[in-house]
Amino acid sequence: MIDLRINKLAVSVEDGTTVAAAILAGGIGHFRSSTIGSPRGPLCGIGVCFECRVTIDGVKLQRSCNVQARDGMEVETDD
Amino acid sequence: MTRVATDILVVGGGAAGLSAALAASARAKVTVVDDNPLLGGQIWRAEMGKFNSPAAKGLVDAVNSGEIRVINNAQVFAAAARNTLLAETAEGRSEIEFEKLIIATGARERFLPFPGWTLPNVFGVGGLQALVKGGVPVAGKRVVVAGTGPLLLAVADYLRSKRASVVAIAEQTSASRLGGFAASLFRSPSKLVQAAALRAGLRGVPYSTDCWVSSAHGEKALEQVELKRKGRTSTIDCDILACGFNLVPNVELAVPLGCEITDGCVVVDKFQKTSIANVFCAGEPTGVAGVDSSLVEGRIAGLAAAGDQDGARSLFAKRDRARRFGEALNRAFALRDELKALADDDTIVCRCEDVAYGRLTEFENFRDAKLQTRCGMGPCQGRICGAATEFLFGWKPGSVRPPIFPVKMENL
Amino acid sequence: MTTFDAAIVGGGIVGAACADSLSAAGLSVCVIEASGVGSGTTAAGMGHIVVMDDSEAQFALTRYSQQLWHELVTELPTNAEFEICGTIWIATDSVEMSEVKRKQESYSEHGVESEILDESSLRTAEPNLREGLAGGLLVRSDSVVYQPVAARFLIDRAKRRGADVIVGKRVIEINGTGVKLADGEFIEAKNVVNAAGSAASDLSPGLKIVKRKGHLVITERYPNFARHQLVELGYLKSAHGKSADSVAFNVQPRSTGQVLLGSSRQFGAEDGEIDYAILRRMTSRAFEYMPLLRKLSAVRVWTGFRPATPDNLPYIGKMPAQDGIYVAAGHEGLGITTSLGTARLIADEILGRDSAISREPYSPGRDLIEH
Repeated sequence: MIDLRINKLAVSVEDGTTVAAAILAGGIGHFRSSTIGSPRGPLCGIGVCFECRVTIDGVKLQRSCNVQARDGMEVETDD
Repeated sequence: MTRVATDILVVGGGAAGLSAALAASARAKVTVVDDNPLLGGQIWRAEMGKFNSPAAKGLVDAVNSGEIRVINNAQVFAAAARNTLLAETAEGRSEIEFEKLIIATGARERFLPFPGWTLPNVFGVGGLQALVKGGVPVAGKRVVVAGTGPLLLAVADYLRSKRASVVAIAEQTSASRLGGFAASLFRSPSKLVQAAALRAGLRGVPYSTDCWVSSAHGEKALEQVELKRKGRTSTIDCDILACGFNLVPNVELAVPLGCEITDGCVVVDKFQKTSIANVFCAGEPTGVAGVDSSLVEGRIAGLAAAGDQDGARSLFAKRDRARRFGEALNRAFALRDELKALADDDTIVCRCEDVAYGRLTEFENFRDAKLQTRCGMGPCQGRICGAATEFLFGWKPGSVRPPIFPVKMENL
Repeated sequence: MTTFDAAIVGGGIVGAACADSLSAAGLSVCVIEASGVGSGTTAAGMGHIVVMDDSEAQFALTRYSQQLWHELVTELPTNAEFEICGTIWIATDSVEMSEVKRKQESYSEHGVESEILDESSLRTAEPNLREGLAGGLLVRSDSVVYQPVAARFLIDRAKRRGADVIVGKRVIEINGTGVKLADGEFIEAKNVVNAAGSAASDLSPGLKIVKRKGHLVITERYPNFARHQLVELGYLKSAHGKSADSVAFNVQPRSTGQVLLGSSRQFGAEDGEIDYAILRRMTSRAFEYMPLLRKLSAVRVWTGFRPATPDNLPYIGKMPAQDGIYVAAGHEGLGITTSLGTARLIADEILGRDSAISREPYSPGRDLIEH
């Protein structure tokens, strides 16, 4: 299992889980706020739509569907 | 910064790319770059690190165990010269020099805007499958699968295997077109068996043709979708909507290399060679035709690029058969005009820049709309809204400006 | 067949401004744009509205134009994203700080307020600049605008006054009676304004306009990463070098939160391809000033061609010995800023009005006479 934190809350997921999946598994659908403030979450699942962007380990605007969850990761959504 | 030199560079580690790499590796030094952590591409995307399809596993293992150099997690973002691509990896910037290039960049889903499509928990069809393979739990969730194409059945079946409750499948194409297509499958018995197996697995799931999502509703996330069929509207409560409308070839790398493009597809000759002398292309970018076509096109491209013209020639008939299947598929699932009327004036079309449908109707072409509204100028580089506006307004996609994917400034 | 009072060749920001000024004066106007309104050099640029002091004439035109922009603000649509963010000219060392002082005096003499920033007030104003820079000069009145929208606004306003706008046709010849299009059509006009940017010298032989290629990079949205237009003091050295390729640090905050990064200058480069060598020189230069730029996500890179003249001043006014032919071209990197002033000067000359500033320094005759 992999232990990471999403919006400061501890989450455990199986090996091979993407960050997007970890966030959705935690019941969060609102990954980012669009330019007009509307809630958005993943659409394409394969790294082309950029709707699943979140902050990972302090680096903003990362596509969470393309990144594997790792131990100790700090993930922040706009929710 | 790293520098890589190779005889043959394959961009894309899906069915076409893997098949090309393996075919070429007997005669040449081959490198595969892929933007995912694992090979397999989309159709063969690994589930939590493991491949479900024996064919996929076989090909991935063969590529990984041979002399082929595999660079994962590498996003190709530009062509710096005729024989050099630039990629971003975890280590930073990479310059990859090649003698010959095989573009096997696959396809993405086409999404069409309808009121509510930007709500969280509205996903693509392939999109939801990819997310579930990445670990999203769907057990007990009520899912509507909608849009068009054979992917709907395949994904619905997959979701059921993950204990999701598929409450409806809405296929926009008509029963008669679908019937015609099913009849044509008798020419491809393996496809028929596959299709029959899917239908069996989906017994009990309401499946409607001539049916599409007209809107999605919910406060903070999806709660309900409205389906339209033969002039009547029905409402279904659900937790998830998976909605996609066929596939769009990824040609963003082929364009800046100067490859000729027609109707959104890379033009190739019998040997899968593009209009640029040392550049080949295989799989969906040459025209969406499914995995069998991708595999054989990949082999032809790999053999031809490595100089085995006879070997390539021996596969022409097989390729042509596979392509015919693809063409029948595209005819069967052609998009109906009613789908052009789904968006309201305030339905967002460009999700990156929040540009609404009504705003876009002021413009005559994509370029003016881009300049004036920033439609298509966000990080997805118009991949989502470009495919939508092409269908909605008949706009030709604009020029492709580098980087074809956003990259860190230091890696440019 | 209609005879227009004025035919304007080019629908960039300069041609658009001319259409606006001339139609406002009651003239019947026709604009002919080969590609799309505001889609050429106009779209490729930064949209910086800046007072520049490297010559008296440039100061006069940029200052006058900036005032005109400020008058226009209330009418610009919000998506023109006009914002008075100010410019900071950045000094790296004590030598450049003495230039900052000179610059402040010069601005002050011309009635432009500016403020000297020391090392710490510079860092306060722009926390993402590296430590150890000497300081800078803040010119508060400078602004940015999303220039394609501004160009379209000007064109649309002219259209509402009855102007004709022909898009997608190329002008191949101009004379004192009108303009000839590539498809053979002739549009009659009493006056012709050549506002064709880099292509102006093809239509008015003798003008010495050369293309100066530039690269720009824009990032995803990082609100407040930069707050002012930031320019290294060495910028003018780069801007006025006559042969060698050069780069200078120039960052602009867009109202979207995106960071727009320039600048590079190359002579003799004809194709619009990205030159990754000079692009990397340009970004490296920027990292020296703002190291965190390295990690920002670049979403698009493009090139454009500035129409440059030998003395860095635009050609504005009547062509000598060619009745009815006017030029409004050669604005190099200042076309957005000076478009409005240019248009006023052109309208003044056509209408026989006095101008707010002397027109003489910009006369196209200045280079033609020597040859």
